[in-house]
Amino acid sequence: MTADPRAADPRTAVPLDPSLAPPGTRAFRDAGGIPADRWHADQNGETLVPTHCCFCGVQCGMYLRVDRGGKVFGVEPRNHDINRMRLCPKGINAYQQVNHPDRLTAPLMRRSRDEDFREVSWDEALDFTVAEIKRIQQSYGNDAFGLLGGASLFSEKTYLVGKFARVALKSRHVDYNGRLCMVSAAGANKLAFGIDRAGNPFSDILLTDCLLIAGSNVGECFPVMTQYVWGARDRGASLIVVDPRETAIARTADIHVALKPGTDSAFFNSVLNVVIEEGLTDEAYLAAHATGWEEVKAKAAEYPPSRAAEICGIPAEQIVQVARAFARAPKAMAWHARGIEHHSQGVENCLTVINLCTATGHIGKPGAGYGTITGQGNGQGGREHGQKSDLLPGGRSIMNEEHRRQICEIWGIEESELPPAGTSMMEMVWQMQRREIRGLIGICNNPFVSLPNYRVVKEGYDATEFHAQFDFFLSETVANAHVVFPVTTWAEDEGVMANAEARVVKHNKAQDPPPGVRTDTWVMCELARRLGTGDKFAFADSRAVFDELRTASAGTVNDYYGITYERLEETGGIAWPCPSTDHPGTPRLFEDGRTYHPDGKIHLQVVEWHPPMDPYDDEHPMSLTTGRTVAHFLSGNQTRRLGALVEQTPRPWAELHPSHGFRNGEPVRVVTRRGSEVFPALVTEAIRPDTVFIPYHWPVPTAANALTIDALDPRSKIPEYKVCACRIEHAEKIDEVPAPPVAPGHVAYPETQVSRTDPLPPTAPQGRGTSERS
Amino acid sequence: MMGRTIFIDPGRCIGCQACVSACRECDSHRGKSMIHLDYTDEGQSVASLPTVCMHCEDPVAPCAEVCPADAILVTADGVVQQADTTRCIGCANCVNACPFGVPKIDLQAKLQMKCNLCYDRTAYGLAPMCATVCPTGALFYGTVEELQAERPGVQVADTFTFGRSEVRTGVAMVVPADRVQWPVPGGLPVVEINGKDVRR
Repeated sequence: MTADPRAADPRTAVPLDPSLAPPGTRAFRDAGGIPADRWHADQNGETLVPTHCCFCGVQCGMYLRVDRGGKVFGVEPRNHDINRMRLCPKGINAYQQVNHPDRLTAPLMRRSRDEDFREVSWDEALDFTVAEIKRIQQSYGNDAFGLLGGASLFSEKTYLVGKFARVALKSRHVDYNGRLCMVSAAGANKLAFGIDRAGNPFSDILLTDCLLIAGSNVGECFPVMTQYVWGARDRGASLIVVDPRETAIARTADIHVALKPGTDSAFFNSVLNVVIEEGLTDEAYLAAHATGWEEVKAKAAEYPPSRAAEICGIPAEQIVQVARAFARAPKAMAWHARGIEHHSQGVENCLTVINLCTATGHIGKPGAGYGTITGQGNGQGGREHGQKSDLLPGGRSIMNEEHRRQICEIWGIEESELPPAGTSMMEMVWQMQRREIRGLIGICNNPFVSLPNYRVVKEGYDATEFHAQFDFFLSETVANAHVVFPVTTWAEDEGVMANAEARVVKHNKAQDPPPGVRTDTWVMCELARRLGTGDKFAFADSRAVFDELRTASAGTVNDYYGITYERLEETGGIAWPCPSTDHPGTPRLFEDGRTYHPDGKIHLQVVEWHPPMDPYDDEHPMSLTTGRTVAHFLSGNQTRRLGALVEQTPRPWAELHPSHGFRNGEPVRVVTRRGSEVFPALVTEAIRPDTVFIPYHWPVPTAANALTIDALDPRSKIPEYKVCACRIEHAEKIDEVPAPPVAPGHVAYPETQVSRTDPLPPTAPQGRGTSERS
Repeated sequence: MMGRTIFIDPGRCIGCQACVSACRECDSHRGKSMIHLDYTDEGQSVASLPTVCMHCEDPVAPCAEVCPADAILVTADGVVQQADTTRCIGCANCVNACPFGVPKIDLQAKLQMKCNLCYDRTAYGLAPMCATVCPTGALFYGTVEELQAERPGVQVADTFTFGRSEVRTGVAMVVPADRVQWPVPGGLPVVEINGKDVRR
């Protein structure tokens, strides 16, 4: 790989005379030759604060432009290792959240859901919340109050969420929205390798000879990762994409396997079958580094290409081609994302990919390995520090006596006080429905859009006696709450996140929060103080939390001990495990051939394919699959208010094949066993005829998740978003996208008032629709 | 072709519109995007292609040639600037003259607007905003040598034909290495005008 000619970044930020810094920020200035009076006088004295994007798991570096008044007003590309100046539309527009007119700036409260929100003081909101927590826990037990965190929070805050639930609330019920994101991969990695992270850094993609991307629309969901994919292609690497839709990266792939949703494990078992049949396995590697190979081999024998081709709805030759390309390549890599993880067999799908990589010896070498792409900014870090229902900080298990003892020692509590494992996010919603959980605090999540089977979610939340949310916009879920705490955006606080490569990066504070807004850390510590456990939550800021987090993770697999804020600022990111302050970090795992299991081997697991949980019948013959679009992020709470992104993708659509006889833009009703909604049709040959795709970023009545099934993977408890049975019908009128809710006294952002009833613009979203020329 | 210029590689484009958003952040026309992102094969494929101003060299930029107010000026380094606001009369001659369909008219302001290769950045040695952020390198800023060093064997073209007219541009296009056609055919054949079939 030759050096990027643009690598010399003329705008490296250097510390400036602190007296000139905008209030509340560390001072940075560009050292490049940009004169102060560039074009507009109002930009004099601009400073650049190096930070990272708040959105996906790539964690691109960026500078936030801060004016002399200390306000964020723009973005400037940053030459960081991960993204080398590149950004996607979400990252470019992210700064617009910070001083957005819809920001919540005062706590909101109401005693019942029939009332309107009124602005109250912080004291009143906190006292009411604490009183309700005490009332519910005294009446129904500690476990009747739950806490749901988020994976867009800094790692320090995710650590606090776990600690707050177990020490302050003393409740077992804590989970986070990463449960909807990549816990299947986490479960599979843990089973096979004993460590839960991607095995290789992104830069290894540039060294590989064969790149397999399964269930990941890299071009839209992780656009900046595409530079690595194309970089591999430039070097002549072959590209294999497994996806029911012809996405932007599938368009030029050497092999595009457009399999039927929900058949991934049959496909990968069959690829392994061909690899074995053709004698392409790396027997020496398997003998030295793997257990369970004989059983896996026997199971693969049951999946000849002829059988898998029928299950997956693809030509059998493709399976043979993929097997040969992947196994014969000197160095091959497999990356996957939600496409194979959002299934009731999500863990098993990931295990079949690991089996394939292991059988061909493509593990733990430069350019050869295995990776999973985290969806959320801190999808990786968010599950390492005790936010997950079954985990304690440092990836420790809450079921393990020894691990419990270690954490109780750090937290200064008795082991009897530490609650047992809780339940997953979707299960918690079911418990709310059954009135087992009666009170809930949600921190930076939006289950009303992001959880499957909306009807159940709404019932569950409506059944709670008390519901509080932390957020900076009034999301659909926040609109259901009794108490709303206005908290900071990512640009108003500092903290670390771990990206998809498990590289820990530091976000810096660019501006002071607006008056009336507090950090999530402050709110949690203040609630803990009023609940009587203030001594365990005496944290002044993120740095204090991070120091405890480092200590708590020391000596575990997820070792952060050697990572400090100063080191992160100097290096631009360190991959954990990093046991000491002179340790360089571990960008690539298993280089010494040892995994993190006690025996140091890869534990291969036998996988049997089974059909998806929602059966097809005459009424529901087609598959509905959901996913993301490039302009929006997850539940859309952060992106559906930014004018440029709304303009780019104003509404969802139902993507379907021309064979159904629909015209572009025509209303199409998509019916599943959970309900039906009407979308404009986007007619394209870039999707399988038996599949319908809907992006899920919008609330009802345009929510893909009103149609999806709340079936869970038995091991990882991830919902089966990616496949359910549906049918399509002609309809009269397209369902309108509701404008995002706003707090009392706020006016909705003008750009969000896009007319939502017009027929689709001539260029359908993403330009995939048929033109009317025919 | 200019020394340091933009190279467009449609084969790398993923249609993400990062360039469109980035163009709005350019300080010389903040809030308005000058990029055209086209989908070339709608309904059959997700193929897409960004068009920036091609900064035509020969004949001297057609938009500047037809401007009755001499509002479109070309700098010494070959950058065709957007219309000088003190001269432009909003007549849209440039819109009709441009073979690539680049300039836009701001109807409210009665002014022409177009890409000016981020002159507020390139004048100081920075890459234009669109080519800086493009996640895939579909828009690349640099010299042809830098491009070829990064992507071995890449072929570029800077000459396009429109009917019998040939236009040489300052911005170049990456063309398939195995089928280098020179010059690149531009535009589509006209099939009908005002509802009349004009194919003969």
